[in-house]
Amino acid sequence: MEKRIRVLVAKPGLDGHDRGAKVVARALRDAGFEVIYTGLRQTPEQIAEAALQEDVNVVAMSILSGAHPHLFPKIVKLVREKGLTDALIIGGGVIPEGDIPALKEAGVAGVFTPGTPTGDIIKFIKENVK
Amino acid sequence: MDIAQELLNGSRLALSRAITAIENEYDEATDIMRKLYPHTGNAFVLGITGPPGAGKSTLTDRLATAYRKMGKTVGIIAVDPTSPFSGGAILGDRIRMNDLTLDEGVFIRSMGTRGSLGGLSQKTADAVKAMDAFGKDIIFVETVGVGQSEVDIVKAADTTMVVLIPGMGDDIQAIKAGILEIGDVFAINKADHDGADKLNIELNMMLDLDGNMSDWRPPIQQVVASQSKGIDELIAKIEEHYAHIKENGQLTIKRTERTRNEILDILHGSIGRHITKKIVDTGKLDDYVQQIKEHEADPYSIVSGIIKDMLK
Repeated sequence: MEKRIRVLVAKPGLDGHDRGAKVVARALRDAGFEVIYTGLRQTPEQIAEAALQEDVNVVAMSILSGAHPHLFPKIVKLVREKGLTDALIIGGGVIPEGDIPALKEAGVAGVFTPGTPTGDIIKFIKENVK
Repeated sequence: MDIAQELLNGSRLALSRAITAIENEYDEATDIMRKLYPHTGNAFVLGITGPPGAGKSTLTDRLATAYRKMGKTVGIIAVDPTSPFSGGAILGDRIRMNDLTLDEGVFIRSMGTRGSLGGLSQKTADAVKAMDAFGKDIIFVETVGVGQSEVDIVKAADTTMVVLIPGMGDDIQAIKAGILEIGDVFAINKADHDGADKLNIELNMMLDLDGNMSDWRPPIQQVVASQSKGIDELIAKIEEHYAHIKENGQLTIKRTERTRNEILDILHGSIGRHITKKIVDTGKLDDYVQQIKEHEADPYSIVSGIIKDMLK
């Protein structure tokens, strides 16, 4: 059996900073995951479609622009509509504590803010992926 | 869900799930492939290979865009290397293909080479078949052209395009990589950089020296993929090759050869999986290692014993 956990690392929205996403992508690769990185400035529709075509187990979104309350729930909704009902959806970036409950309510299973050790993200994925 | 049936009905999710089943070697994959097989054989398969950084993904993006304008549906399989150390991979070819993502006539799938036990070429070939059965008119298989497994992947294509760029070293590099033998069409990308003409001449000279050449002389096209320059000319050459092998019977010979290899690959693959199940997963392998360590047995007699057992 050659199963690998496949993760889409996505940068929705208009901010052009992907250092964080790249650090996470590399850490996930080193943890033995297959990471599909799609680059900057993706629309929610592009992210959901890429998740479908790549049949990923995890969608990991990174946002630094403050657009997370709008974009994260939208991506969750679109990914589910595509039929990826089991995919684990997580998010990270500059996200105020106060916004986290609403994001979780909207289906973002885990939210990781600056300073999170990459090991925590890997652990979370391993424990929660279906 | 019945993945094969849903795929044939046009479900993109089913196509995606079918490729996952192939990649992960799920038991159901054989059944899916069996159902899809009668619906294959219609697509034109174009292999694209070349060194890292040659612009294969960008060129694939431009070619796919051009084929879409011609009304053809497109499948893309982009293979990137898996780390031999962690088993993980970063698959980044989609970065260059973002404009294609929302085009319903295009389906892109990234694959890691994984392959501790080989079998990558068979998996890629099956993924091609899944896209073929789905109804894609043209399927691109894009991979870094180094090593045996990558060359095997490319051999599964009807037409193989090798992408080169100026400034990668002298003409000896071209012979040593073995790329001259597999290229049906050569694209010199980044042709706006210094050295493109020189590379063109060198490549031509190397092709002149090729004594085994069939009746097809691989053409060379200079392109600048990032500026979409030379794309139509390149497509004309690709199409010319495809028409040529269709006409002279080479395509039939290629596909017959492929079927032959396919049977052997599937056979080797199933035997390999059978062995993994019986020997590795059951922990027997560790017992054997222990026996050898304690000088109670040697690997040769152990293997003979295993084979005897299997043939019972």
